[in-house]
Amino acid sequence: MTSWLISLAVLLLLSLGGALWRVWRGPEPADRMIAAQLIGTGGVGIVLLLAAATDWSMIDVALVLALLAAVAAVAFAKAQSADSVGDPEEE
Amino acid sequence: MMALAETGFDLVLCAMIATTALLAIGVRDQFGAVVLFVVYSVFLGLGWLRLGALDIALAEVALGAGLTGLLLFGAHARLPASVPVPSGRAVWPAACAAGGSGLALGWAFLTLPEPVGLQEAVAANLGTSGVENPVTAVLLNFRSWDTLIESIVLLAALIGVWSVARDDAWGGQPGLRQHARHGGVLANFGRLLPPIGFMIGVYLFWAGSSKPGGAFQAGTVLAAVALVVFMGGAMRPPLVTARWLRLVCVAGPAVFLAVGLTGAASGVFLGLRPDLAKPLILAIEAVLTFSIAASLALSVIGPPEDPEDHV
Amino acid sequence: MADVVTYFMTALGLGFYLAGTVAVIRFPDTYSRLHALTKADNVGLGFLIVGIAFQADSWMVVARLALVWGLALMAAGITAQLIARTALQRQSP
Repeated sequence: MTSWLISLAVLLLLSLGGALWRVWRGPEPADRMIAAQLIGTGGVGIVLLLAAATDWSMIDVALVLALLAAVAAVAFAKAQSADSVGDPEEE
Repeated sequence: MMALAETGFDLVLCAMIATTALLAIGVRDQFGAVVLFVVYSVFLGLGWLRLGALDIALAEVALGAGLTGLLLFGAHARLPASVPVPSGRAVWPAACAAGGSGLALGWAFLTLPEPVGLQEAVAANLGTSGVENPVTAVLLNFRSWDTLIESIVLLAALIGVWSVARDDAWGGQPGLRQHARHGGVLANFGRLLPPIGFMIGVYLFWAGSSKPGGAFQAGTVLAAVALVVFMGGAMRPPLVTARWLRLVCVAGPAVFLAVGLTGAASGVFLGLRPDLAKPLILAIEAVLTFSIAASLALSVIGPPEDPEDHV
Repeated sequence: MADVVTYFMTALGLGFYLAGTVAVIRFPDTYSRLHALTKADNVGLGFLIVGIAFQADSWMVVARLALVWGLALMAAGITAQLIARTALQRQSP
């Protein structure tokens, strides 16, 4: 089971290489941010696979990563608004 | 088979970390560099996990991907749209110097004698430390001197940030006035996150005595939650002159120092009696968590900027 | 039995993750990439978590796994909305 879980983690990590290409390539800021979010969610998945394979207390790292991925997205949206402290939903 | 899979994972991860670092340096626009930095922290966190350093993985993910990302996004938004990237000859000496010092460091590392490490010494004395997590034992008991200074450094950083405020804005609310659409996604997120984030923050603090976690990780999570509340416009940050705010920032280092002084009275500065160590460490960490959260959040928001904000 | 479920569910989860990555690389514009990604990778994470939960040794671990997924779903919803709005604003200022 352990080697299965870690092999999955390797495949997931390799697939994040594709997302990394998109972060580098862009072209829009939104594209980079989407790909970064994919790496965040993929990272959560990898941490959980490692947790199941080695040590359950790693789940806490996944918890913090999931929480702060949302915070980074909020900061991105804020920073992209006109006066850098607004909200993209405002008219 | 298992060893093979693990080696494969480590090799791929190393390649990803190195590639992300190179891309972050090589990418030719600021925004790309910021996003790549955030991504780099995620991979680095995985690296710490593989090294068995869960406490550092937690801190890396919370500080690198979370709070520093937030800071850099804000900084990018306020920089001029295009800062010319230096190119051509000027880059090569810098690249050579950086590469040379990297090689020198690598050589120095390889020629060092195999480090003995302190793991055995820590494990042998863990019983007297009051906690079961060896990292917390080192940070709050065996080497609490370093942690005390670190908590004071955070305070000094906050004073540094505040000291660049303009005279006419001083005394107001820190940062620019945040606003969000009433009832929009951002505003609702600012109301939805606090209960969950607060629970996770307190859990990380509590877990710190027996498992990975502790005041710095918990404080970082709480700071991020507070920043989301402010960014969602649900609450405005307190006035920089508010007395309770300064009390919260100072309380952690102050309690730490006071405990250290009582130790000095009985012989050793910062020494903890084994039978009292657990409650003392928990008390220090509890207060320190909130001080760290407040200092970090205020440092990220920045100094007061709006002269209209005096109330 | 639990192991079979784990093998199946985690493999399924990985499939969705890979689909998300392919979408982010191959889809032609920002909105379709966003659309594909925020669904695919969270379904992937969900299957992965269900699969892993069958290996858990206590209910506390299962509860924490569920919390991770809840957080990820919440984050994805908010992220998708905010990033899409940001992209719209840039397109038509």
